[in-house]
Amino acid sequence: MRTDFAFVGVMMVTAALLMGVTLIAAALLRPKKPNPAKLETYECGMSTVGDTWVQFRVQYYILALVFVLFDIEALLLFPIAFAFNSLTLFAVANVVLFVLVLLLALIYAWRKGALDWE
Amino acid sequence: MDVISNLLKIISDFVAELIRSIFGFSPFLAELITMGLAAVVLATFAALSFMGLTYVERKVVARIQDRIGPNQAGPFGLLQPIADGIKMFTKEDTTPAAADRWVYNLAPLVIAVFALTTYAVLPFAPGVVGTNLNVGVFFILAIGSGSIIAILMAGWGSNNKYALLGAFRTVAQLVGYEVPMLLNLLPVVMLTGSMSLIDIVNHQTTLDGNPGIPHIIYLPLSALVFLISGVAETGRSPFDLLEAESEIVAGFHTEYSGMKFALFFLGEYVNALAVSFVFATLFLGGYAGPILPPYIWLLLKAALVFFVLMWLRGTLPRVRIDQMHNLNWKFLVPMSIVNLVLVMLALKLFPASAAAQAASGGVLVSPGAQAVILMLINLAVLLVSLSLVGRAARRLRMQEEALLAQRRAANMAMARA
Repeated sequence: MRTDFAFVGVMMVTAALLMGVTLIAAALLRPKKPNPAKLETYECGMSTVGDTWVQFRVQYYILALVFVLFDIEALLLFPIAFAFNSLTLFAVANVVLFVLVLLLALIYAWRKGALDWE
Repeated sequence: MDVISNLLKIISDFVAELIRSIFGFSPFLAELITMGLAAVVLATFAALSFMGLTYVERKVVARIQDRIGPNQAGPFGLLQPIADGIKMFTKEDTTPAAADRWVYNLAPLVIAVFALTTYAVLPFAPGVVGTNLNVGVFFILAIGSGSIIAILMAGWGSNNKYALLGAFRTVAQLVGYEVPMLLNLLPVVMLTGSMSLIDIVNHQTTLDGNPGIPHIIYLPLSALVFLISGVAETGRSPFDLLEAESEIVAGFHTEYSGMKFALFFLGEYVNALAVSFVFATLFLGGYAGPILPPYIWLLLKAALVFFVLMWLRGTLPRVRIDQMHNLNWKFLVPMSIVNLVLVMLALKLFPASAAAQAASGGVLVSPGAQAVILMLINLAVLLVSLSLVGRAARRLRMQEEALLAQRRAANMAMARA
């Protein structure tokens, strides 16, 4: 169990090293002649106006909320799926009820227009 | 024959034994070095397949669009990836003065690392797997979400309006399409009773090692939805809104050039290939297959899935952002939930193993009969959802046409008056 996840760590470190070496090798090989015009933020040739880090559409936030709902649902459903063969029919009926309540929540969000992209 | 089919296993065992016996390291150190070697092999495999795939994809898409594709560098343009690599290495890299340096420079590294780490759990042949995690399916989903962070880092760190817009779109898309992906992995886990990818492959093999019934026969709808959300998760056409050239320049990697840009590309291709491998493992039976050695079977199946991805890219136009969200939240998610509920009930009513029957009762059926029952349920859900969507679309069109006719009549009346 411990060694199972050790390999994931080793893999991440190895990947980071390999890719880091590529980046460093490229940094040594490539020319470096910066000038102010090159370092400008790209915006179709014009200089950019105003702040970039501004407020974003509220729609993204609402969709993220709906996503959290379903992500947590999945988190609860995976253990159930894992032990599915040893569950009784009654337990499964309960799970079905739980999932259907979430479907109702989705339909509610849909009716409220939370899923519409204007 | 036996040697060929177990080639990978024999080589890995040999190397592990060699390190242990010749260098006389402690068991811990020897194991660490073996792991490191395996990780290097996996990462190199992924990086090399990225180089090959850029060429193959350009050729295939070119043929679909009635072009020739790369044909100048080497015979048939085969050296094109190497030419591209040299260009990437020697291209000047500009960091915009306004960028958030740390976040900007780390983003390509993060996306590449997360993409490569997916390969740690893929089983290539019996016994040949980076690590057989008992939460393999979950691990793939978790690591897959890592690219969302990297893309948000890139978009935010660039301090560029187009990059930030692209990053917002990406996060909304990747986060959204994770839901149908999760919901369609659940039936597979339920069928198998395990999240380990090896167990999932074993469930699609008969006891004597011959290929059994692949999960795509059990769950055709889940396979379809998984493929669609996999395409969206990797941000490939037709869901490439994150880098829609006609709208937001190049999306989150507008400000990147040279090697950093190459790492983003690597991340995208390696992720797409990982989706092909995972699809082949979960739904097409993984490395199981007759005659040919197992790793060849896995490569063939993954190549088939990747070809479908290239085919989609070559033929479909890019969807609009509202269409993308509607497809996900108003079609794939409700359909997947209904499908999940029906599959759960069917699995309890028609169990295929005596142990499952002992827990819940129901009618004991053979795996083949179970496959047919589940397939019929899947197809029924698909047909009903499609007809519902068709009816809704027809109603919308009728409304629009009625409105148009009304307006036309009003115009005619105006003209006459």
